[in-house]
Amino acid sequence: MIYTLKRVLLAIVSIAIVSAITFFAMEMVPGGPFNKEKATDPATLKKLEERYDLDKPILVQYGKYMAKFCKGDLGVSLKTGREIAPDLMQKFKISAVLGACAAIIAIIAGIVLGSIAALNRNKLPDRLIVFFTTLGTAMPSFVLATLLLWFFCQELNLIPAWSKDSPNYVLPIIALCVYPMAYITRLTKTSMLDVLGQDFIRTAKAKGVRKNKIIYVHALKNALIPVITYVGPMVAYILTGSMVVENIFTIGGLGTAFVTAIVNQDYTMIMAITIFLAILMVVANLITDIVYKMVDPRIEFN
Amino acid sequence: MEQFKKRQFLSSQIDLSKFNADSFKKATDEEKKQQDVMGESTTFFKDGMKRLRKNPLAMGSIIVLLLLIVTIFVAPMICPYKYSDFTTVNGRRDGTATNLAPFEYSEREMQYMDKTGKDLFPHICGTDNLGRDYFIRVIYGTRVSLAVGFVSAFMVLIIGLIYGAIAGYFGGTIDLVMMRIVDIIYSLPDMLIIILLSVVLTQRLEPMLAGTILAKLGTNMISMFLVFALLYWVGMARLIRGQILAIKNNEYVLAARCIGTKNSRILRKHILPNCLSVIIITTALQVPSAIFTESYLSFLGLGIAAPLPSLGNLANDARSSIMSYPERLVVPAVVICLIVLALNLIGDGLRDAFDSKLN
Repeated sequence: MIYTLKRVLLAIVSIAIVSAITFFAMEMVPGGPFNKEKATDPATLKKLEERYDLDKPILVQYGKYMAKFCKGDLGVSLKTGREIAPDLMQKFKISAVLGACAAIIAIIAGIVLGSIAALNRNKLPDRLIVFFTTLGTAMPSFVLATLLLWFFCQELNLIPAWSKDSPNYVLPIIALCVYPMAYITRLTKTSMLDVLGQDFIRTAKAKGVRKNKIIYVHALKNALIPVITYVGPMVAYILTGSMVVENIFTIGGLGTAFVTAIVNQDYTMIMAITIFLAILMVVANLITDIVYKMVDPRIEFN
Repeated sequence: MEQFKKRQFLSSQIDLSKFNADSFKKATDEEKKQQDVMGESTTFFKDGMKRLRKNPLAMGSIIVLLLLIVTIFVAPMICPYKYSDFTTVNGRRDGTATNLAPFEYSEREMQYMDKTGKDLFPHICGTDNLGRDYFIRVIYGTRVSLAVGFVSAFMVLIIGLIYGAIAGYFGGTIDLVMMRIVDIIYSLPDMLIIILLSVVLTQRLEPMLAGTILAKLGTNMISMFLVFALLYWVGMARLIRGQILAIKNNEYVLAARCIGTKNSRILRKHILPNCLSVIIITTALQVPSAIFTESYLSFLGLGIAAPLPSLGNLANDARSSIMSYPERLVVPAVVICLIVLALNLIGDGLRDAFDSKLN
């Protein structure tokens, strides 16, 4: 219980720090949002700055922003002038579908492949799986995504490229899930091998428990505990990875919005997306840690 | 039957009939040496290296990496083109030398070769849409990526080592405060912060660096080093602290303290050598992860910026012309994969060789 409280506190602190870093970092960038090729007339500029509170001291701006943020008011985009919150939600839906599919596929395929590799140690399936996972962890997602797009959409013309009317998530999901899948496969394999070598497995075998029962009931259950720890980092990877993948497949999700906002120096948009993503990542880590502790009470945190 | 009389069954009495006077002579030095079964004494490092040498994957990776490093240093000496220069013929810009296929010459280059009879250096990977030699751009991109990887791993090592060593060795309140800071940085979403900081730092550093030697390196690269150093040291610091906590309770550290050894000497002579395996392994695995992140950022247009090539931004530039010139994506992509794969395998090999707990 104390541990959970501590973890929640740490999570809140880190969200506050991320938001502060984002806010002050955005202030440090030279060139404001109203600096265009065409010079804005000073009176208009002053009005605009007053309207968006840009003339106030920075701490006041930060305080005001966070107060509003907690109420769910993310302000308006400095570039388009539209409300950010509904826009963000709509984009998040697209990214969430993509990310959730990638995560689920990565976890299931990773566990299955990892178990196969561990049970057939040093045989052909194991060798193949090890080969492809090593390759998978060495290939950046952008390389994979571009190659997939080029090969399947351009050369083979099998899968139509992504468009809003006919969303086809197959290729982006593959591009996004290969790295976490390879990682989970390796993790499952090592922990499975570790568990299979332990005494209670030998006891079960000696008692004459069927092989399937040993694998599914005794070994797999214990082997999956280390996999839980990777769920938090995986969420972070998928969220940042989707920036590149969405960009390549021109999917109008959160990732594309983030990169566009940075290029446009759209302060409020960058702030909103960064804090939003940060909250997602921190919460994912928090849940991972707490679940980990609940599943395996042997683990002691200091 | 006679045997039994001489020597009782199962008795431990020595059967003297087997020996003669010679048997009781003193052994010569030579004979003594033969009894010496001690192997040659090895250091921790030598022992690990011996094990590493038996790992074919790791050794193959080291060879691949060395070949790459030799190439990126030798190729710019042999190849007459520059990464930022347009192809020129006889000192004039060759406008026809854009988008050439590998080993193809432009019209003007062919005319020049016909006229003078001299051979021009081939464009091994063709040229890009501005007429720059693509091979040399990939070479420089590899240089940049490797430099980012190694320099940031080195910086992470230094910061993490000092921080972790201090926290772990002194313990108590110092440790508590230092580790809280690490916990907080550790829980930040690193990728987001890296993206933000690299955007901000690049813009901020530009006027600060103007005119210094560092400006030559490019502000993007400096800010990338800084960002990696600022965020990635926490993992290293944590690991080293954990190691030191485990080591410092050993008897030999206590003995050293009893005879009045100074703290700094205990750290250098007794504790650090014993953390060496963790340090080597973590640093080795830090390099590919930094290269991965760098290429990712450059691909998004947030990292190394033109005209300096990096493998990430080369891949990004190739994206727009992938239909017609797929080789321009394939070449940097293969190089990135090769580097990361080789470094990962070396890291794994080092772990197997140096981590005695695994064996």
